[in-house]
Amino acid sequence: MRNMALANAVATVRRDVRSALPWLLVILISGLVMMFGREIEWLFDPPAKYLPPISATVEAVMSWIADNFNWLMRPMSQLVEVPMSGLRAALDWLPWTTVTLIVVFVAWQGGGRTTALTALFGLIYVTVVGYWEEGINTLTLVLVCIPIAVGLGFVIGLLGFRFRSLRPFLNTLLDLMQTVPAFAYLIPILLLFGFGPAVGLIASVIFSTPPMVRNTLLGLRLVPTEVRESGTMSGCTPRQRFWWIEVPSALPQLLIGVNQTTMAALSMVVIAAIIGGFDDIGWEVLTRLRKAQFGQSIFAGMAIVCLAIILDRITRAYAMRQLPMASHVGLSLGKFAAGLLAILCFTLGLAWMFPEPLWNWPEAWVFYPAEAINSAVDRFVAANGLLIEAIKNQFVFIVLLPIKIGLFRAVAPFTWGFSLTATSIALLWTVVAVASMVALGYGRWRLAALFPVAFGLLFFGFTGLAWPVVMLVFGLFAFQLGGPRVGLFVTSSLLFLLLSGIWQPAMISVYLCTVAVIFCLLVGGLIGILASTSDTMSSIIRPINDTLQTLPQFVLLIPALMLFRVGDFTAMIAIVAYAIVPMIRYTEQGLRQVSRTAIEAGISSGCTPFQLFWQIRFKLAMPQILIGVNQTILFGLNMLVIAALVGTTGLGQQIYLALSKADSGAGIVAGLGMALIAMSADRILQAYLRRTD
Amino acid sequence: MRPDTAGARQDARSPRTAKISCSNLWKIYGDSPDRYFASGLGAASAQERVDAALEDGAIIACGDVAFEVPEAAIFVVMGLSGSGKSTVLRCLSRLVEPTFGEVLLDGENLLDATPRRMIEIRRHKMGMVFQSFGLLPHLTVIDNVAFPLRAQGMSRSKRLRRAAEMVELVGLDGREEAYPHELSGGQQQRVGIARSLAVEPEVWFLDEPFSALDPLIRTQMQDEFLRLQKQLNKTIVFVTHDILEALRLADVICIMKDGLVVQIGSPPDIVLRPSDDYVREFTGDVPLAKVLCVDAVMDKPCLTGTKHPVVGTDMLLEGAMQLFDDRTEAIDVANESGEIVGSLTPVQIIRALYREGEDRH
Repeated sequence: MRNMALANAVATVRRDVRSALPWLLVILISGLVMMFGREIEWLFDPPAKYLPPISATVEAVMSWIADNFNWLMRPMSQLVEVPMSGLRAALDWLPWTTVTLIVVFVAWQGGGRTTALTALFGLIYVTVVGYWEEGINTLTLVLVCIPIAVGLGFVIGLLGFRFRSLRPFLNTLLDLMQTVPAFAYLIPILLLFGFGPAVGLIASVIFSTPPMVRNTLLGLRLVPTEVRESGTMSGCTPRQRFWWIEVPSALPQLLIGVNQTTMAALSMVVIAAIIGGFDDIGWEVLTRLRKAQFGQSIFAGMAIVCLAIILDRITRAYAMRQLPMASHVGLSLGKFAAGLLAILCFTLGLAWMFPEPLWNWPEAWVFYPAEAINSAVDRFVAANGLLIEAIKNQFVFIVLLPIKIGLFRAVAPFTWGFSLTATSIALLWTVVAVASMVALGYGRWRLAALFPVAFGLLFFGFTGLAWPVVMLVFGLFAFQLGGPRVGLFVTSSLLFLLLSGIWQPAMISVYLCTVAVIFCLLVGGLIGILASTSDTMSSIIRPINDTLQTLPQFVLLIPALMLFRVGDFTAMIAIVAYAIVPMIRYTEQGLRQVSRTAIEAGISSGCTPFQLFWQIRFKLAMPQILIGVNQTILFGLNMLVIAALVGTTGLGQQIYLALSKADSGAGIVAGLGMALIAMSADRILQAYLRRTD
Repeated sequence: MRPDTAGARQDARSPRTAKISCSNLWKIYGDSPDRYFASGLGAASAQERVDAALEDGAIIACGDVAFEVPEAAIFVVMGLSGSGKSTVLRCLSRLVEPTFGEVLLDGENLLDATPRRMIEIRRHKMGMVFQSFGLLPHLTVIDNVAFPLRAQGMSRSKRLRRAAEMVELVGLDGREEAYPHELSGGQQQRVGIARSLAVEPEVWFLDEPFSALDPLIRTQMQDEFLRLQKQLNKTIVFVTHDILEALRLADVICIMKDGLVVQIGSPPDIVLRPSDDYVREFTGDVPLAKVLCVDAVMDKPCLTGTKHPVVGTDMLLEGAMQLFDDRTEAIDVANESGEIVGSLTPVQIIRALYREGEDRH
């Protein structure tokens, strides 16, 4: 027995040493590189002349495709433009009262009074502030996009369901479609289809199809085997079984897909406004933002919010109605159609008799106190400017700068009030080395490796690290966590960033995202914990989360920009506002789902409340929380590109610049880089999740 | 008590044309399981094939299963979870495609049937009840029951009329317009039963139909099931993991373990003459007096001339025991025509109940 124990102990130590040794090596090499290689330029920002012409090649391929498939693409874009302009003309011509009441009726049919009232107030707002026409234009794009994306998503999902071997390929494709920032593929679409609203539509279709595919796959997979078998045993042909059994059983999930697709479509339509030409609300927000007219952009932004909430509530209501416990049933199909017709005739007649205000909302009645808001904001900023500025500066100097360019360069008399001397640097590193030794002494080799790595990162900053160091550290980390495949994926992603000449901007993106994500984890985790312990807190947080998540990302920029002006800090606030939601959600959900039995077992084993929380509830909630972390990272990177609009440097800015220069190569490369970063983070976290299972 | 099943039991003993039967039936899960049958059954014995498959890490869900179910009999397949009992049932209807073997329904080999033919057979000859009911959540009770008729292409008014009869048959009249989630488990399974009977199938498959129900409801549903069978006389294959249920309902029981058949026999056979320790362990806790009928333990008639109480062959021991008093030394057992076919003494009963009966044969 003792021999066994001894052998086990030896094996463990041997395994530890095998895992720890590479780290020792990596830390040593990194130390040498950072000590002696600081003057060697290509270690930090390899000059373009040494690199393969990746983005130029992509550019060439794209323009070749554009030149040679013009005959195919242009007619296609005209084809989608026909229904679009038709619908737009029809909705534009109809009195606003007709459209409003029809939407309200549809909302009522789906979700009853609350949904109907939401729709009513939302549309009245859009009318009263005078954004009716822009709103209709946005809505048209969304309404044309939804059936295409839903149909496409359903078919792709079905294929993936039927042909299992397609799934790995499909998953990668979906990952790409959702992680490559939309700005990046706007450029090739522009090249292929030419300017016009069709570009926005196509981009929206690309972006909003994946949720439908995923939900179709999920829905069909979740049909219970016995239900499917009961269809077969009832003598269904495969087709009957599909349409009568599988589709109806999967319908609630399919409708959740429709809801997510709708929200994605709206979000993308608003973003695609950046190419202009359709005079929609997104364009309004963007131009106002560029002119720093906050009042106007708030009003336009609110109109987007109204549309978003209306679309969300209506589609969600129809999804909920499919659930067995649904309380609201609505009218039968015949009565519903009759009701629609009645509303149409009645409102048309009434609006014909009283064109003002029932057909067109009179100009004079528009309520639009944007200037008042502008001056109020100005007054507020003037009064509190010093305070706001101080908060911002402190945060930038103490947190953002060191992570970006390293303590080494960030600590200066201007920022910290002193500079680092050689002695203090030596002292700092000595402390780290001692801490590492102590950790090693206790047998905690992971901690021992973490100290120098983390401090090295802080000391040199993301942009101050030589690329071999970054690649070694992340590659080894990914390899040890997820095995050769994940390790290879992460390393080759980093290699792509390096070779395509976007290393520095990529590191800036990584830095900004890291800070934002850490902030989200800390604050969001804390809020999630609070919400899981208090029902009041939970009911306060939930609607805020709902709103933050329904908001098109664009809109989040407005308040951040209003208070903090252009810069990294503003971008970070906007990213946090968007990416914190999943962290809060999953933390609360995970903690609340911990079973009563586990908690009772903990209490009866004599846990203190502190032990109960950390050792039982938190441990058991960990898988859920990690999903939240994963989502937060993806959301953060997604928002990063949008945040580039407010002047951050990094990959987002590269994409944005490429867009304004219509440089498809640079745009695609930067977009792909962004997607690879997101997917690397995702793979690493998934690997960690698998390990903790 | 149950003349119908007792009759069927006797029929089961004296073989009669089988309604549905299977032989050499195999279902192996693994990498290309067909290779074990590359040259048909060949000379390899079943055991060799099992060993070969297990060695490769394949899973044998059903190995070399063979049985016959006579017309109007209740054939119960019983085993623990993972014993392959549900797979056998699904192989019979080709919900699961067998790796090898033969399934005969009215002499037609189902494994040779085209998909189209299979659909025809399922539409007209088979009905199935599922453990977790398998109801369609978006349809009402009446529409669920009418669903198989809809698949056949029957007109709406006609199928609703037929479905209404079925709903009445299972005692759910009044709940026609309810949705499955509004019903209790027992009621949902009644819907499942009504649906499976809607096409008037000749063969009725039931896959652990009562396992998801509370014990009290379960007994009630078993009674209901026997009542229905008395009325309908279907050929039934019934899967369960509950030995008491099996003994209570079956004409013939087939006990499975790890995909293989351990024993096939009538309920008294199973409890009195278990083929191995596995079956013995199963039946160990069974209250014998409640499952054995007098004809299973009686001896030759003792025609001493003394007048004894007379009971039918299908009386349970539990009932017979209560007829003994200080002056009764034996009971006579009479068949349906009143002829005395055997007699029973307290000693025989005690032997049977304490498992000494095994030695007698």
